[in-house]
Amino acid sequence: MAQFRLPQMSRVQKGNYVAAKPGAKKVRKFKIYRWDPEIGGNPRTDTFEVDVSDCAMVLDVLLKIKNTIDPTLTLRRSCREGVCGSCSMNINGENTLACTKALDDLREGQVNIYPLPHMPVIRDLVPDFSHFYAQYASIQPWLKTDSPVGSRERLQSPKDRKKLDGLYECILCACCTASCPSYWWNPDRFLGPAVLLQAYRWISDSRDEATGQRLDELDDPFKLYRCHAILNGTNTCPKGLNPSKAIAQIKRLIAERTI
Amino acid sequence: MSTEAYKVENHQYDVVIIGAGGAGLRVALGLAEAGLSVACVTKVFPTRSHTVAAQGGIAAALGNMGEDDWRYHFYDTVKGGDWLGDQDAIEYMCREAIPAVIELEHFGVPFSRTEDGHIYQRPFGGHTVRHGEGLAQRACAAADRTGHAILHTLYTQALKHKVKFFVEFFVTDLVTDPRSGDITGALAIDLSEGNVHYFRGHAVILATGGYGRTYLSCTSAHTCTGDGGGAALRAGIAMQDLEFVQFHPTGIYGAGCLITEGVRGEGGYLTNANGERFMERYAPHVKDLASRDVVSRAITIEIREGRGVGEHKDHVLLNLAHLGADTLHERLPGISETARIFAGVDVTKQPIPVLPTAHYCMGGIPTNLYGQVVQKVGTDNDHIVPGLFAIGEAACVSVHGANRLGTNSLLDLIVFGRAAAQRCAEIIKPDTPFAQLPTDVLDPALSRLDKLRHAKGGTPTAVLREKMQRTMQNDAAVFRTAETLKQGCERIDAVYAQFEDVHVSDPSLIWNSDLMETFELGNLLVQAVGTMHSAAARPETRGAHARDDFPERDDANWMKHTLVKVDHQGQCALDYRPVHTQPLDHEVETIPPAKRVY
Repeated sequence: MAQFRLPQMSRVQKGNYVAAKPGAKKVRKFKIYRWDPEIGGNPRTDTFEVDVSDCAMVLDVLLKIKNTIDPTLTLRRSCREGVCGSCSMNINGENTLACTKALDDLREGQVNIYPLPHMPVIRDLVPDFSHFYAQYASIQPWLKTDSPVGSRERLQSPKDRKKLDGLYECILCACCTASCPSYWWNPDRFLGPAVLLQAYRWISDSRDEATGQRLDELDDPFKLYRCHAILNGTNTCPKGLNPSKAIAQIKRLIAERTI
Repeated sequence: MSTEAYKVENHQYDVVIIGAGGAGLRVALGLAEAGLSVACVTKVFPTRSHTVAAQGGIAAALGNMGEDDWRYHFYDTVKGGDWLGDQDAIEYMCREAIPAVIELEHFGVPFSRTEDGHIYQRPFGGHTVRHGEGLAQRACAAADRTGHAILHTLYTQALKHKVKFFVEFFVTDLVTDPRSGDITGALAIDLSEGNVHYFRGHAVILATGGYGRTYLSCTSAHTCTGDGGGAALRAGIAMQDLEFVQFHPTGIYGAGCLITEGVRGEGGYLTNANGERFMERYAPHVKDLASRDVVSRAITIEIREGRGVGEHKDHVLLNLAHLGADTLHERLPGISETARIFAGVDVTKQPIPVLPTAHYCMGGIPTNLYGQVVQKVGTDNDHIVPGLFAIGEAACVSVHGANRLGTNSLLDLIVFGRAAAQRCAEIIKPDTPFAQLPTDVLDPALSRLDKLRHAKGGTPTAVLREKMQRTMQNDAAVFRTAETLKQGCERIDAVYAQFEDVHVSDPSLIWNSDLMETFELGNLLVQAVGTMHSAAARPETRGAHARDDFPERDDANWMKHTLVKVDHQGQCALDYRPVHTQPLDHEVETIPPAKRVY
């Protein structure tokens, strides 16, 4: 019989509750997923009441908690301006970047923060990206060309260059991939939206000479065709990119050369 | 403590690179191409490195959009650096810029294009033709995401060359052979497993970036904590020109996020509370495209004299709506998004509130133009430290002198990353065997690790970090005086001393970011101390080091590089070495010091 509940050891338990400090001006509640492999046991959610009067973004709150309440809270962060892709996580049910998610854009009330779903958790809000990165490497995401290059740049028309817009900007945060139900079922074999977006970035590059080979590699019931156009990835992308469209384009190119 | 408590995993590679930003990746793939075994040890996944945040472009006199010559670039860089840059290194960088950028295009960087398909180039501050006669279009751009485009492309090239990465490994210290004093490798913690690794190499390359997070308000990422510089200082290496910290004129007011100078390159301009384009008064010739130190000082003066905008009259406005939605969308999409998110501004209609914000460390670990770390030893001003390299913002070659020109930082990464790989390939034979080291060679690094892990003082890391950042922000900012610097030295020394009382709360080893931040704070602090004391000792105004009490440049006494060593007690020892005023060869002539007018 199918198992619907999480296994006993994975069920999230209620954790600590930290009340706001006296004199707090603008208090908001944050429920945050916690799990420390060295402590083991079940994951828990701690709830923190935080004075958010000096916080604009969710990342500001997380760092305030880390700096002033609980230094063991563990998360990745770097650029704090939405370009490095470190602080991707699930905030109120949506995969996004903590650094560009404004508190004012969240629904009223408690904010729930979890790691990206369906990825192994190393600790707290830090998931293991190894498999995601390996899948990225598997599409050989570098320029392939046999034609000799001269001492100057290759030429590329603005029109051809424009084909890369909406593709090259990906920051590999994995928000889309971790939001995709097809990926949840088949993460071992389906490449997922982020990696396919990058596959299409190289297919679209007028300088690349391996389009046929790239399409051959992708023409696989699992790698590509597990995408059922659910569009979660496109809806959640914090950079406003459209992996679903890129995947549709790859499918179209494969179809066109077959017909 | 017993070092046996830590099981150390040993690795041996021909070369060990620390850091995987633009410089680290460029050197890594150069070494892999040369057939050397290479470990690239990095505390963040390569594409998370701060190179990703570079926006406006990378300089190279390609001449795609009009007249240009690398010699003009050379002149601009010497002048931009206020004659503190080494002219041999600057010549090398500006000349090599052209093949280096072409190579990036060949790697697949998605540069924006001109109508005829060449790399698009935009004007940038301080970049001119014919020694200041007109503006040069020299910044090779991928919209306003040039750093992102370059970093991701370099990572894909590193994948292609099968570079061995150790991702989310935090290097705590360099490891020195106690007999010879030579650097033998580095000790690192694997964050995901929580165990300790020793990476041994015939060369160690520090590509760890700058220490921008010593300041409270900076464009730098949280991870810009100068880990290589900190480790080098602890290993007894002197750092160079630390007092020169660049304030970028246009960080977003409040948030500090970078708004590229490319905005002004595309025709944007600054205004004060009176709506006046005030840069016309400070730089009548190139106005808003004067070099960054000049513009940052001008903004600071406007605010000081009561012409700032906003409720507190404490910032100015960057106007760009007149560029039109099409140009903004095509050329500046990234900052349009950043301005919307962090300033609530629709750039097609409103100006962006901006303020000078700590941005770049011109100083760093002194190197020659092959990336080899050099020190002053006796009368030898260029003594090579065997087995140690530094590149990128961690290094001070010095090509940026007292003030870096925009777009020269990405260039620095690529050119000297490439040069360091070539030099390593010349001096290291693949698979050279390693000599036996004393069994206790790791003890100093392990005991420091153990000490910090169990640091149970009374001051949390975050509290001490903020104290340091406030001190630097208050006492070592755009304008400095003997008074602020004296006070700054006392304060920063006190913060340094308080590090003995630091408290690490997290007892784990797996992903112990509390411990990692404490190591980072240690690295920041030692460079903060070096910066403040180097600044206090320089009674002149040069580039980014502006003294209210000494408003002129003093070439007779101070056209020299500062060297600073900081010992374990936080005591600074200052020394100086001459600027290289001669270029590399006869392709270009020395630019003698002159008054800097834009």
